[in-house]
Amino acid sequence: MAYSEKVIDHYTHPRNVGTLDKSSTKVGTGLVGAPECGDVMRLQIEVDENHMITDAKFKTFGCGSAIASSSLATEWLKGKSIDDAMKIDNMDIVEELALPPVKIHCSVLAEDAIKAAINDYRVKNGMEALESAKSHH
Amino acid sequence: MNLPIYLDNNATTPMDPRVLEAMLPYFNAKFGNAASRNHAFGWAAEEGVDYAREQVAKLIGANEKEIIFTSGATESDNLAIKGVFEMYKEKGNHIITCVTEHKAVLDACKHVEKMGGLVTYLPVKSDGLIDLAALEAAMTEKTILVAIMYGNNEIGVIQPVKEIAAIAHKHGALFMTDATQSVGKIQVDVNADGIDLMAFSAHKMYGPKGVGALYVRRKNPRVKVTAQMDGGGHERGMRSGTLNVPGIVGLGKACELCRLEMDEEAKRLSKLRDKLQASLTVLEESYVNGNVEHRLPHVANISFKYVEGEGLMMAMKDLAVSSGSACTSASLEPSYVLKSLGLSDDLAHSSIRFGLGRFTTEEEVDFAIEQTKKAVNHLRDLSPLWEMFKEGIDLDKIEWAEH
Repeated sequence: MAYSEKVIDHYTHPRNVGTLDKSSTKVGTGLVGAPECGDVMRLQIEVDENHMITDAKFKTFGCGSAIASSSLATEWLKGKSIDDAMKIDNMDIVEELALPPVKIHCSVLAEDAIKAAINDYRVKNGMEALESAKSHH
Repeated sequence: MNLPIYLDNNATTPMDPRVLEAMLPYFNAKFGNAASRNHAFGWAAEEGVDYAREQVAKLIGANEKEIIFTSGATESDNLAIKGVFEMYKEKGNHIITCVTEHKAVLDACKHVEKMGGLVTYLPVKSDGLIDLAALEAAMTEKTILVAIMYGNNEIGVIQPVKEIAAIAHKHGALFMTDATQSVGKIQVDVNADGIDLMAFSAHKMYGPKGVGALYVRRKNPRVKVTAQMDGGGHERGMRSGTLNVPGIVGLGKACELCRLEMDEEAKRLSKLRDKLQASLTVLEESYVNGNVEHRLPHVANISFKYVEGEGLMMAMKDLAVSSGSACTSASLEPSYVLKSLGLSDDLAHSSIRFGLGRFTTEEEVDFAIEQTKKAVNHLRDLSPLWEMFKEGIDLDKIEWAEH
């Protein structure tokens, strides 16, 4: 199976790899997936007082599509409000990266990671968690 | 050195140019049907087939009459297992095999179960070898066949075939082995090893795809299999269908080359393989899968913990290897062979199989070592699991959300 150019680009030059201070109240962390399934994503966001995402970082254990999906997610998150970020749908990622059907779960995981990170931030800052993750099927 | 480098010789091998050369006349000048007994065209084809049958038999210490040509090892496995089951059903209905067999054997056994057969799937030990005591214990009066592979396609471990054959024979059962990965790579002798039926194919030993053979013992005991395809009664009635003459000639030539060169080749390849393995296991948290003593000379299966195999292969972009990760399969299930060794799913997902071959050079191996190391380090930099491991977090204590 050949990868799309965009997957290869994100895989070869992953954006925003790294770690934010997860103990900071400004940082939300989402850790999703499981090693047994061959995919683990950790996505972190840093949010300012206006609930705007100022920074995003990721680390992913997984295939090229999983790495590309999380790399793309960090790009999309930066500069968005946490409410707008909540609206990112896995199918947007599928479309942008031209993921084949067998790789759709990678995009679902990325969406889960986004939501988990936002919810972590919300709970830390006294807000209620929003809709739960998609991938628990 | 040309890129990419082919290190997937357990999947298939490039054809040796000498094999191609031997085959070419049989596509045009000697195009006859080997079953045409009444003219020169048929005779020429038949002569090619007869010679090939001798070349094949010689490699495995058999008589040429014991060689049944097929389309490959999958067909040979099917013919052996289903054919023995049908032929010996008066005697019994029990077959013993093991969990790390190739799918061609496992699925043929599943078929036999549907036909009323009883199949025991022996587990393997953590090194990939079966437990002979467990085999002995599984034998019953109804056991007609023990089907255990010679060398494993994923991890390369070599089963104790002589001992297995002795146990099977002691209980009056036949011994069949899928030797697809072993014939032409290491010394395989049907008499010394006590083999009654043996499947193998040309394309794993530098021959063409689409042709293989089933060895069927003719003496002590005389073994018979029920044909699985109806037709003209070719191959002593066991496998009908016009013979694939160019393919068979290619298989013969490939066998001859292996017979003459495999000892030297095995020495050279095991040296290169050991170099590759030693250089890569220098990396932290890397593990060789399967028994390293009883192993094919050209295979190394290594897990690099905390990186995922498919992602890793993408970084090893100039190397053609394969992985036990099944990230591409809809089931997301990693290799059943690695799992049956007791490997955790994450280690199975992290495995890479390196398969060296006749045309692998030391320069290529050196390049592969460097690129693999770089790729593992690159992906570990991206891996949250590696970071957690480095921070001393016990990953087993985390409650992962399985998806």
